Amino acid sequence: MAEKYIIELKNITKTYEDNGFTAVDDFNLQVRKGEFVTFLGPSGCGKTTTLRMIAGFDLPTKGQILLDGQDIAQLPPNKRPINTVFQRYALFPHMNIFENIAFGLKLKGLAPDVIAKKVGRVLEMVDLEGFEKRRVSTLSGGQQQRIAIARALVNEPKILLLDEPLGALDLKMRKEMQLELKNMHAQLGITFIYVTHDQEEALTMSDTIVVMNGGRTQQIGTPEDIYNEPKNAFVADFIGESNIFKGIMTGHLKARFAGGEFECVDDVDEGTLVDVVVRPEDVIMTPPAEGTIVGKVTSVIFKGIHYEIAVESGKYEMVIQSTKSAKVGDEIGMKLDPDGIHIMIAEDHTTRFEAEVGDDLNLEFADHKITCDLTKLIPGSKITDGELRDASGEKIDTDKLKVLVSIEPGDIQMSDDEDAGLTSGKIINLIYKGDHYSYVVRTVHGHDLIVDDEYLWNMDDVVGLILPEDKMKFAIKK
Amino acid sequence: MKKIFARKYLGIPYAVFLLLFVVAPLIVLFYYAFTNSTGHFSAANLIGFFTDSNTIGTLFYSLMLALAVTVVCLVIAYPIAYVLAKSGFKAKAVVVMLFVMPMWINFTLRLTALKEILTAIEGNLAFHPFINSVIGMTYDFLPFMILPLYNAISKLDGNLLEAAKDLGAGDVQAFLKVTLPLSMPGIVSGVSMVFLPAMTNYVVLDMLYNSTYIMGSLIGSYFSAYDWHGGSMIALILLLIICVFTLISGSAEEDEGQKGVLL
Repeated sequence: MAEKYIIELKNITKTYEDNGFTAVDDFNLQVRKGEFVTFLGPSGCGKTTTLRMIAGFDLPTKGQILLDGQDIAQLPPNKRPINTVFQRYALFPHMNIFENIAFGLKLKGLAPDVIAKKVGRVLEMVDLEGFEKRRVSTLSGGQQQRIAIARALVNEPKILLLDEPLGALDLKMRKEMQLELKNMHAQLGITFIYVTHDQEEALTMSDTIVVMNGGRTQQIGTPEDIYNEPKNAFVADFIGESNIFKGIMTGHLKARFAGGEFECVDDVDEGTLVDVVVRPEDVIMTPPAEGTIVGKVTSVIFKGIHYEIAVESGKYEMVIQSTKSAKVGDEIGMKLDPDGIHIMIAEDHTTRFEAEVGDDLNLEFADHKITCDLTKLIPGSKITDGELRDASGEKIDTDKLKVLVSIEPGDIQMSDDEDAGLTSGKIINLIYKGDHYSYVVRTVHGHDLIVDDEYLWNMDDVVGLILPEDKMKFAIKK
Repeated sequence: MKKIFARKYLGIPYAVFLLLFVVAPLIVLFYYAFTNSTGHFSAANLIGFFTDSNTIGTLFYSLMLALAVTVVCLVIAYPIAYVLAKSGFKAKAVVVMLFVMPMWINFTLRLTALKEILTAIEGNLAFHPFINSVIGMTYDFLPFMILPLYNAISKLDGNLLEAAKDLGAGDVQAFLKVTLPLSMPGIVSGVSMVFLPAMTNYVVLDMLYNSTYIMGSLIGSYFSAYDWHGGSMIALILLLIICVFTLISGSAEEDEGQKGVLL
């Protein structure tokens, strides 16, 4: 081992037995001692489940959790030198502050005077000296959260887990606590693992951010890396504001997107389909003649330190943040510095599934019939007397035949009627890509489908998915 | 100025009801308890109560019976309530209902059925009066213990248990230090729902083996013998005992509730 990690997660997977839902899928992470790591992602992305597996409240279905090289994945929480700060504090209401903080120390069997000293010291650290005799319910939310932190820290854990600890606080208190937590982390040298859905909080506090979505790691990196070099459209969309376009590489360090051709710094092969991220603050407004692309201003919003300007250019929309203002209706030019353009190789979003051959020699999938001419898939084959025969006239056993069906994201249609199509699902993610929305729809069977649609649907909408037969491509599974 | 209808007038019917059916009978009870048959003040009833071995014996027996019933109910009900409240079992409302449902069947009918069963097992029920009384009353009062316990335990925040384990508590320690103290309000109300009725209930004994060796029957026997004075005194003393018990359990419950306001 080249470097020593305090905690290592190896191929951690969590599947719930009752509904077969995979909350965390093949999660890998290495954390160095004293690091401040943040799990960031939308709700339901698996970040809290991962934290709970480190704490011991949930056990992984698969994988290892190595603490100082020892596998602790199956240990109960009370056997792990790890403490947790809960989102809703979870202070014991029938104990006063002293008893709450001393809870863990008493269980360890420390002498009363040692306990008193330790409790006093940790109360001082969270700035709540003299609160020993107070009842939990007399404390404000912020004070309760400090006590919760003190209760965890007093045990001197190797790792402190924080599950959205500031989620219940108001904005001002949250900002204060962010700084305090960061200071505490710097002073104590304890490894912090922090869970949040607030990207700003993650950027402010962390040494390392783990961006998660749909149970999978999207990107692991420093806040700067994650912001400046997002690995995919999801990360770019989730971290900060961004314009995301589909594009194609048109030459060496050249990409075409949003109706213009731009120079860029990412070396990607010509002809590659790419996703392009442009941060609003990186768009330079110019007179129409000097812009790479031109557009018409559709809205201007004053945001305090900058204006947020929406521009319509052809069928694309670009959002700009600038200290300069513009007027609605103005024609303006826009250009981009090469290093303001982030090129990501587009992921393959084609939906693929396997269908079986039915008795009438058409395809069957999930109780639906799909019309398909099998003779075109098997060269030289013929259908005679309702049986499929190959070129030499042998009967082909259709029970064993499987057909791979694929369809592009743009060809799938969504419908309000859940029963309108082959299957139905819930929209779990959506990203605006300049001229259309890219949706992730999780079907009732747990598969994620990417669907492109120019109309706006809402998160958590349940939609029927219509897969037009004329847009499907078929291939025999070998 | 025209007087408009005030909300406080809605209280009048209740005040009248309380005066007629609570305060007035209490005064009458007091009067009979401290007078003799000639209508003069007398402490003879009070002294009589404490010197008569039959009344004192009955009081002691009733107390023991009520205590035994309460303990047995608590011991049976807590695990049931705990398992029901904690399980992720989807139909748990139905199971809770099953435990409560006997209350929907007529009480005397249930006792008659129980008597038949017990007789079939034991023969003459009067040979084991105490045990049979405990069985009868437990059967009768168990739902009153399960319900408050179930409510208290299901209200318990699961995060607190996780926090306890996170801080190093094993399953048993987490139960003793968190679950049990936090289900105290349920225990207190369950105990008072069982203990108080068990003290005075005479139907169970009467129906099971025609016994009158319990406070309720004792009072009844005084009144049917036209000794209203002696009967009133016993009723009054029982009332005081129940009062004291209610105050104790009430203050215990208040402690739990007041944690929100006490500094």
